[in-house]
Amino acid sequence: MSVGSDPNLEQTWADPPGVIGWLKHVDHKSIGRRYLVTAFGFFLIGGILAALMRIQLSRPDNTFIGPDLYNEIFTTHGTTMMFLFAVPVMQGLGIYLVPLMVGARSIAFPRLVAFSYWMLLFGGIFLFVSFLLNAGPDVGWFSYPPLAEPLYTPSKRADVWAQLITFTEVASLAVAVALITTVLKLRAPGMTLNRLPIFVWAQVVTSFMVLFAMPAVMLASTELILDRLVGTHFFDVEHGGDALLWQHLFWFFGHPEVYIIFIPGTGIVSTIIATFSRRHIFGYLPVVLSLVSTAFMGFGLWVHHMFATGLPQLGESFFTAASIMIAIPTGTQIFCWIATIWSGRLSLKTPMLWILGFFTIFVVGGLTGVMLAAVPLNTQVHDTFFVVAHLHYVLIGGAVFPLFGAFYYWYPKITGRLLSERLGTWVFALLFTGFNLTFFPMHVLGLRGMPRRVYTYPASMGWDTLNLLASVGALLMACGVITFLVDAVHAMYAGPVATDNPWDAGTLEWATSSPPPNSNFPRPPTAAGREPLWDNPPDQPVVVGLREDARDVLVTHVLDAEPDHRLIFPEPSIWPFLTGIATTVLFVWSIFTPWGVVYGAGPVFLAMVGWFWPKRPDEGGTPLWPFARRTLPRPDEAPAAGGAI
Amino acid sequence: MARTDLEALAIVSAAPAIDGQQSVLYPAGVQASSIHNLLTLMLWVSTAVAAIVLCVLFLAVRRSLGTKAGGNPSSTTDDVLARAVGIAVGTTVVLLVGLLVASVWTGRTIAAVHAASAVTIEITGHQWWWEIHYEDAVASRRVHTANELHIPTNRPVVLKVTSRDVIHSFWVPNLQGKRDLIPGYTTALWIEADRPGRFRGQCAEFCGLQHAHMALEVTAESDPDFERWLDAMRESPREPSDSGARRGRDVFMQTRCAGCHTVTGTEAAGQVGPDLTHVATRSSLGAGTLANSREHLAAWIRDPQSVKPGNQMPPSALSADDLENLVSYLETLR
Repeated sequence: MSVGSDPNLEQTWADPPGVIGWLKHVDHKSIGRRYLVTAFGFFLIGGILAALMRIQLSRPDNTFIGPDLYNEIFTTHGTTMMFLFAVPVMQGLGIYLVPLMVGARSIAFPRLVAFSYWMLLFGGIFLFVSFLLNAGPDVGWFSYPPLAEPLYTPSKRADVWAQLITFTEVASLAVAVALITTVLKLRAPGMTLNRLPIFVWAQVVTSFMVLFAMPAVMLASTELILDRLVGTHFFDVEHGGDALLWQHLFWFFGHPEVYIIFIPGTGIVSTIIATFSRRHIFGYLPVVLSLVSTAFMGFGLWVHHMFATGLPQLGESFFTAASIMIAIPTGTQIFCWIATIWSGRLSLKTPMLWILGFFTIFVVGGLTGVMLAAVPLNTQVHDTFFVVAHLHYVLIGGAVFPLFGAFYYWYPKITGRLLSERLGTWVFALLFTGFNLTFFPMHVLGLRGMPRRVYTYPASMGWDTLNLLASVGALLMACGVITFLVDAVHAMYAGPVATDNPWDAGTLEWATSSPPPNSNFPRPPTAAGREPLWDNPPDQPVVVGLREDARDVLVTHVLDAEPDHRLIFPEPSIWPFLTGIATTVLFVWSIFTPWGVVYGAGPVFLAMVGWFWPKRPDEGGTPLWPFARRTLPRPDEAPAAGGAI
Repeated sequence: MARTDLEALAIVSAAPAIDGQQSVLYPAGVQASSIHNLLTLMLWVSTAVAAIVLCVLFLAVRRSLGTKAGGNPSSTTDDVLARAVGIAVGTTVVLLVGLLVASVWTGRTIAAVHAASAVTIEITGHQWWWEIHYEDAVASRRVHTANELHIPTNRPVVLKVTSRDVIHSFWVPNLQGKRDLIPGYTTALWIEADRPGRFRGQCAEFCGLQHAHMALEVTAESDPDFERWLDAMRESPREPSDSGARRGRDVFMQTRCAGCHTVTGTEAAGQVGPDLTHVATRSSLGAGTLANSREHLAAWIRDPQSVKPGNQMPPSALSADDLENLVSYLETLR
C-alpha cells in the first residue's frame, strides 16, 4: 500500500537536521517518539524508586532507608508514575498515532505540541534534580495540607511538588487541545465519527477529561503555592482555612486522572483484540458509549477517596452508588472484547499476550474497586496496602499491560523493525508472574492491618513473609523490564525488518510505510469503513490536490468528515523551545519569590511574541485587513495560510 | 487469579486469632464484625465473578484459536453474541445493585450503634502520638492519658476525634473502620467491643516523618475492670518514697521535662507532649515505638531523636546519675 514518496513533498514536511534543528522539530512523529522515550525513561526512574522501597520493606525494622528519604522516595515514585509517566506516555502514543490513524499529515497545533514536550521534559528534570539535591517532595503525591503547609513542611519540597504539577498540567492540556482538534477537524474524508477507530475515541475522550479535570488540581496547587509563597490561608486551619477543601479539589482531579490513564489503555485493548481476532470489534457502539459514560461518571466518584473523613451518610451513599455503577461500562467493554475473541480467529502474537494478561489482572483490580466503593469496607482498607494492591492492579493491569502490548504492536510502525516474539514471551512471563507476586500479597497485608506509606514495621506484626514475597516479585518485574529494554534497543538495529502492515491490521496507520514518511501519507487516504484497510474497496479514492511545496493540510467537517477547507501548517520553529525555557525559568523562580512570576513573565512574553509573529501575505501569511479577505479557501481554491500556530 | 483469591482466604483463616494482632480479619467489635461480614460476601461474589469471566475468556480464546483461517470465521452470529453480552451486562447490574444494598445495609447497621449513656472519649492527633481525654461532667473525674485507650466491653463508646496539627487517622481494625483526625473538624466515631482483649491500632493517614511510629493500644475490659482503671487514672501518683526517685522528681521539675509534660498533682503542667501522670502503667513508649522498660526509658530520654527521628522531644544532656534517678521517678508514676 505504500506509495513511492515524492522527494519534494518529503522535503516540505521534513524537520531540520542538526542539534539546533532537533530543537525545532514539530513533526508529530518526532515529538511522539520523544514523548514515548522520555516517559519510559521516567517510568524506569519511578521503577528504581519502587525497587528501593521494596528493599526497605522486605524485612521488618529495616534501616536501609530512613524515614526522611523513604517519604521522598514514595512521594517521588507516585508523582513520577502518575504525572510524568502514565499520562504523558498515553498522550505520546496519541501524538504519534492519532494523526496517522485519522489519515492526517500532521497533528493540529504542532508547535504547541512541541512546546508541551519541552514542558514535560523540563518538569521531569526539575523534579529529579530537586530529588538529587535533597529537595524532592516528601508529602505524598496527593500533598495534603496541613502537612504540605509551610508550618509543617518549611523546606522547598512541597513547592517542588506543586510546581511540577504546573509543568505537567501545561503539557497535558496543550496535548489534549491538539488531539481534540486533530480528531475533530483533520480526519480523512469518509471517516465519520461513526467510523473513528476506538483507540482514537479513547484518546479524544481522555483529552476532554484532561480539559475538565486539570483545572481543579491547577486551582488546588496554585492555592497551595500561594499559601506557601505569599502567606494566604486557603488551607491554614489556624486562620480560617479548610483542610478538606484541598481534598475535594485534588480528588475532583485525582479520580478522573485514573480514567485519564485507563481509558487510553482500553483503546489499545480494543485495537489489538480486533486486529488479532481478525474481525471488527464486536459492539462498536456500546464500547464507545462505555468510554464516554466512564468519562462522565469518572467525575462523580471523587468522594470515595474521602470516606474516612466522616462525611454525612447520605452523601457517602451517593458516591458509593456512583463508584459501583462505573463498573457497568467497564464490564460492558470486557464482555464485548470476550465476544470479539469468541467469534474471531485468534492469533496469539506477543501483543495479544499482554492483552490476556490485562484481562486477568484488571478483572481482579476492578472487583477490589467495587469493594472499595462500599463505605464500611472502605473505612477498613482505605490507606492500607489493600489499596496499594488495588491501584496497581488497576493501573498496571489496566494501563501498563496494554501499553506493553502497544509497544509490541506499534514498535514495527515506529521503527520499521519487529521486536522478538521469543524474548517478548519471556518479558511477558516475567512481568506477569512478578506483578502478581508483588501485588497480590498486598491485599492480604492490608487486611492484616498494614497501613500505606510506612517506612518500616515491627517484626511482631507478622507482615514480614508477605512483604518479602512482594520484594521477590519486584525483582522479577525488574528482570522483565530489563529484558524488554535489551530487546527494544537490539531490535532497533538488528530486528527483522517490518512490512508496512505486519499484523494485517485494518486502521490507517498501517496504510503507510514503516516508519512513515515525513508527510505521513504521500497520497492521503479516505475511509469507507471502521477498519479502512479491511473495508475499503480496491478503487477507494485518495486525497489529491494538496500542495507539495507547502505544508498543506485538508481540514474536514466535525461530524461527517466532508472536506471543508485547506490550511497551511506551520514550519519548524525554535520558539516553542525558547518559550519552554522561559516558562521553566518562571516556574522555578516563583518557588523562591513571588517576584519570579512578575519578572519571569517578561521572557515568556517575548518568546511568545516571537512564536506568534505574523507573516506577511507574500510569505504565506494571512492578510490582516480587510476582514473580508480573511476567509479560508474552499477545497477547490488555492490555499492561503494561517498564522504560525 | 480466582484460585489465588481462595488461597489468600486460606492463608488468613489458618492464622491463629491473637489479641493484639492488628487485623480486619479478626473482628472483636460490633462494627468490625458487620464490616467483616460485608467483606466475606464481597470476597466470595468477586471470586465467583472473576472465575466465571476468566473461564469464559479462556473458552473464547480456545475456540478462537481453533477457528481455521479461510473457514467460516464463526458460527456464532452477532445476534447471539449481542444477547450473551446483554445477559452478562444485566447480571452485572443485578449483582452490583445487590452489593450496593449490602453496603448501605452494613452502613446502617454500624450507624445504629449509639446510646445516650455512652462513654465519651476525646482523641486528638499529634505528630506523632495520641492525646486521650475521658469526658466527665465533674471536672475532677476527667482522665487524661496518651497512646492507650481503655474501653468497656458491650457498651457503646463514642470517640470525638480531631487533630491539633496535620491530618491523622484513627484505626483499630479489630474494632471499627478508620476515621481521619482533621484539624478544624471534630467528628464522632462509635465503637463497641464485644469481647475483652488488647488490640493494636495505628495512624493510617500519612502524617509526616514518623507516620510509621504512631500506634496505640486499646484494652477492652469488663465494666467493673474499666471503672477500676478509670478510678486508678483519676488518682495522682504517690510521692516517691525512695530517695533516688525523689531526686529524679526534682530533675523532672527543674529541667525542661515539666515544660512539655504534665504529671497531675505536681507543678508539671506542660501541654506539648503526652501526659505522663501514669506513664509507668503503659506498655510502650513513643506511641508504640519501644516496649516500656527501664533501659528503653533511659535510651529514649537520652536521645529520642535516634529512636524516633523527627519527634518533637529534644535530646537531654543529663548526667548518668540524673538520668538514672529520672527514670526511677518515672517508674513510680503508676
